[in-house]
Amino acid sequence: MMEAQLLQFLQSQLGTQWSLVEPVWPLLWSLMKIVAILAPVVAAVAYLPYFERKVIAYMHVRIGPNRVGPAGLLQPIADALKLVFKEIIVPTQASKVLYVLGPIMALAPALIAWAVIPFDAGLVLADIDAGVLYLLAVSSLGVYGIIISGWASNSKYAFMGAMRATAQMISYEVSMGMALIVVLMISNTLNLSEIVAGQGRGMFAEMGIGILSWNWLPLLPMFFVYLVSGVAETNRSPFDVVEGESEIVAGHMVEYSGMAFALFFLAEYANMILVSAAVSILFLGGWLSPVGFLPDGIWWLIAKISVLLFLFLWLRATFPRYRYDQIMRLGWKVFLPLCFVWIIVVAIWMLTPFNIWQ
Amino acid sequence: MEFKTFVFYVLAAMLLLAALRVITAKNPVHAVLFLVLAFFSAGSLWLLLQAEFLALVLLMVYVGAVMVLFLFVVMMLDIDVARLRHRFWSYLPLGAVIGLLIAVQMALVLGGNYFSADALPGHAMPADYSNTKELARLLISEYYYPFELASVVLLVGIIAAVMLTLRARKDTKYQQPHEQVAVKREDRIRMVSMASEKEQPSVTETPAEKQGGQ
Repeated sequence: MMEAQLLQFLQSQLGTQWSLVEPVWPLLWSLMKIVAILAPVVAAVAYLPYFERKVIAYMHVRIGPNRVGPAGLLQPIADALKLVFKEIIVPTQASKVLYVLGPIMALAPALIAWAVIPFDAGLVLADIDAGVLYLLAVSSLGVYGIIISGWASNSKYAFMGAMRATAQMISYEVSMGMALIVVLMISNTLNLSEIVAGQGRGMFAEMGIGILSWNWLPLLPMFFVYLVSGVAETNRSPFDVVEGESEIVAGHMVEYSGMAFALFFLAEYANMILVSAAVSILFLGGWLSPVGFLPDGIWWLIAKISVLLFLFLWLRATFPRYRYDQIMRLGWKVFLPLCFVWIIVVAIWMLTPFNIWQ
Repeated sequence: MEFKTFVFYVLAAMLLLAALRVITAKNPVHAVLFLVLAFFSAGSLWLLLQAEFLALVLLMVYVGAVMVLFLFVVMMLDIDVARLRHRFWSYLPLGAVIGLLIAVQMALVLGGNYFSADALPGHAMPADYSNTKELARLLISEYYYPFELASVVLLVGIIAAVMLTLRARKDTKYQQPHEQVAVKREDRIRMVSMASEKEQPSVTETPAEKQGGQ
């Protein structure tokens, strides 16, 4: 609809020159949509560290950044400027091409995954039937940025950090995938928009308390597994042994400086937002309103993502870092068996007369 | 030329180039990364064929998991490329014959009666056709037993690999995280009840002298 209006406007404005634009119009239109999605995401990524520093500061009874601009609001811009003007140091004997490729490979998957995230009914860049699979496939690519940069830096610390990160991310991807399987079982679709739509149906949704018909309640253990695995997947505290300031300084990014380092930083925050968006869509009803008398809309999705992001920061301010063997134990010996059991429980549940997902 | 055809040729060229670099790259890590690129291009080609389920599963399983572990191992091995190559020329004829055989087989299959392009059914599918669903239906109905058999074979493979590499050493000291997690406060500390203030010995000197003494 918007495209048609825009087309009409452009045709009337450009007149004869429209024939020059016409062959590349689909490309232009796609690019416009991509910018419309990524610009807010990148802005959020820029301000999330500021938000994080403020939140943690208040939890520590400090003030946090307050020097640059009013209430420190220009701090992200100052940080970005500083990083842009810093020299990117390439270690001797580093594998140069891979060294540059590493940060790019870390950031790119976190951004291309947004292609299938539905923001509202019909408001999605690519409404594909295999959206969940796409999300899984793309998020599993993020490992390459870490492993490549760790290896290419030609440094023991970076390599150790990359090894840890890779093992951790692969382990938690398994339980994330398993938790997703349960969601797919009850939604009977791989399309993210339809998963959200499915959460708006049911007994409670008809009674006007939609919040109780979302997936988080019947799948509470899976919601928990997915959320915690998401935190581990993004290498956030308390699972941030990857950075492990006290043991391996900064893990795979120890040799990076300037903008190359900033890309890792951005990738981490972009992944946080992505995981929050995925949790909101799969378990918290996406753009659906929690109560019947308020309208559905994109603002609900934004609110849910913000609450989950706050949870991420809250966790960081609250918990000490996990020990590495405990992380592995949690992933393989606690979450994975729990997922297996819950898959069977839900499968049996769906065969009984108490099936609530008809 | 249609845009789709152009994309196909770009992806196919990328696939071939990447596959070639897998066997010609000097550094084994680079070779593995080119293999990843080859998988990626193959997945994109499948996407062009509208087999999005297969393409995404290829990315998820091979690129996302198998190749990462592969990379993991290759990075940690100390591979001497010169030693690996030193009988390259003497093995070349045998390799060339095998390669030729594979090419002939593929030509026979693809050029034969059953798999040539005009022998395949038409691609005109209804709009709501989902090959993911079709695949799932076949897997759990017609090919149920072969599917289960494949998973059992894989399970046997996992157990065999674990048993081959399992080396239980009696003298190894290791931690039991579940016991550590289950530790209660009472196991580690003993509460001693005592008065919060200790009675001070009676003070005889003046406050000024005390300050000087410190």
